Amino acid sequence: MLIHLGVIDYCLLIVYFAFVLGIGFVVKKGVSGTKDFFESGRALPAWICALGFIGANLGAQEVMGMAASGAKYGIMTSHFYWLGAIPAMVFVAVFMMPFYYGSKARSVPEYLKLRFDEKTRGLNAVTFAGMTVMSSGISMYALATLLRAILGWNLHLCIAASGAIVFVYTFTGGLRSAIYNEVLQFFLIVFGFLPLVLLGLKQVGGWSGLTSRLAVVATRNGMPEGAWSHSWKFAGSAQSNPMGVEWFGLAMGLGFVLSFGYWCTDFLVVQRAMAAKDMSAARRTPIIAAFPKMLFPFLVILPGMLAIALTTDAGGGAHFSLPSNGGSLNYDMVVPAMLAHYFPSGLLGLGLTALIASFMSGMAGNVTAFNTVWTYDIYQAYIRPKASDAHYLAVGRAATIAGIAASIACAYTAAKFNNIMDVLQLVFAFVNAPLFATFLLGMFWRRTTGHGAFFGLLAGTAAAAAHHGCR
Amino acid sequence: MDLDVRLPIGLMFSVFGVLLAGFGLVSDPGIYAEHSLGINVNLDWGLVLLAFGAAMLLVALRARRSRARDVTSRRRPGS
Repeated sequence: MLIHLGVIDYCLLIVYFAFVLGIGFVVKKGVSGTKDFFESGRALPAWICALGFIGANLGAQEVMGMAASGAKYGIMTSHFYWLGAIPAMVFVAVFMMPFYYGSKARSVPEYLKLRFDEKTRGLNAVTFAGMTVMSSGISMYALATLLRAILGWNLHLCIAASGAIVFVYTFTGGLRSAIYNEVLQFFLIVFGFLPLVLLGLKQVGGWSGLTSRLAVVATRNGMPEGAWSHSWKFAGSAQSNPMGVEWFGLAMGLGFVLSFGYWCTDFLVVQRAMAAKDMSAARRTPIIAAFPKMLFPFLVILPGMLAIALTTDAGGGAHFSLPSNGGSLNYDMVVPAMLAHYFPSGLLGLGLTALIASFMSGMAGNVTAFNTVWTYDIYQAYIRPKASDAHYLAVGRAATIAGIAASIACAYTAAKFNNIMDVLQLVFAFVNAPLFATFLLGMFWRRTTGHGAFFGLLAGTAAAAAHHGCR
Repeated sequence: MDLDVRLPIGLMFSVFGVLLAGFGLVSDPGIYAEHSLGINVNLDWGLVLLAFGAAMLLVALRARRSRARDVTSRRRPGS
């Protein structure tokens, strides 16, 4: 599937890049020390932090993956938001931010040092730094393969160009520039994908047209009629819904372990809230972010549901055809295929820019989290503890270069191994869930010790890995 | 350092809006019949983007003016 872009599409793309780089250069003037570079001076209003908070999380894996799940599982995918994000975001705001922001720790690993001990911090800092570099490399690789597939662009050129752009704005303006760009990307993604939903809904005949076609999809897959259009009704037993899970597993696994592990301890998102100007703004950040987050299923899941509904011939013929991959439907291409089908030249440029923006926000978020953890929690903690602020700022900038270089290396490694993404997702889950348990104990039980935290983390990760291995 | 982020957002969406709506006015209607159910989405959505961009700019400029007023009123008693 190759898309041909017109002059207008390239114009939109160039305007976007000009603004992204421009923000980096304007913000650069305000960066005079590590506090500006790594914590954006702790001076941002809550609404900016909140949009950065979801912008950093609104990576391409989310935009494309949620649409793919929407086609595969229907509206049940919304549990990734309503169960898998909102409660945890509220929890971070109410219970965790006072600890993070109030402790004066500059990062999550540093908080672990203040609460527990040095080795717990070291363990978390090293695993987290490794994970951010890998995630950013994977974003880079995924963007490059997508652009090669739909536009026929050169893979190496895409990796180099995306790395260079993210490099320029994170190197110059640090966290503030990354957050400002995440806000820009947030609006771009909203305005870039909304017309897709509107056009799809118009063609399918509104919500009632959508549900009647999805009923056909469901019965063809041997499920009850509403399986694609009800989020809770068929969660009673694993056999009657397309996700194959029942409500208890859903609520505990997704709604508790995975979501709390991610939202409460992942420095990538917590860093955005910690950039707020005061405690009240830091606590409002996840709460404000929760409101748009609740509505996101309509933006990112609905396109997938529309794609599968429009692909299905429900009497009146199919309006759309989902690309297939050797006989089976290629769900991962839902978004690009919908963009190519419904967007004429012009709007197509906007949609593609939004897609590229989502990849870049994922990369930049990881890079800014990496350089902070590297400088504060590895370099300052273990390599050179008592240097000047200017020295650490230089190290942070150097870490940005190193982090992007390492991401590029990861991107090429990902190109060699086909299933590396699945493997990494698994590893992240092993590391994150025990971390949240450690945090909970540390915050609410005074007698939790440093040794306990360290070995708990190790044992938790090992147990998760062993359990997976034995399955 | 006080770059108000609403300024670049407003500017970028205004530029996007003008480009899209302008292209919508001059483009061949055939592309809309082929893709977007016959609706001139470039013109329509371009106007939406322009309205959003202009609103952002307006808010940013008003905030800047009120900040400037605060600064001058604070200076007056001392000077």
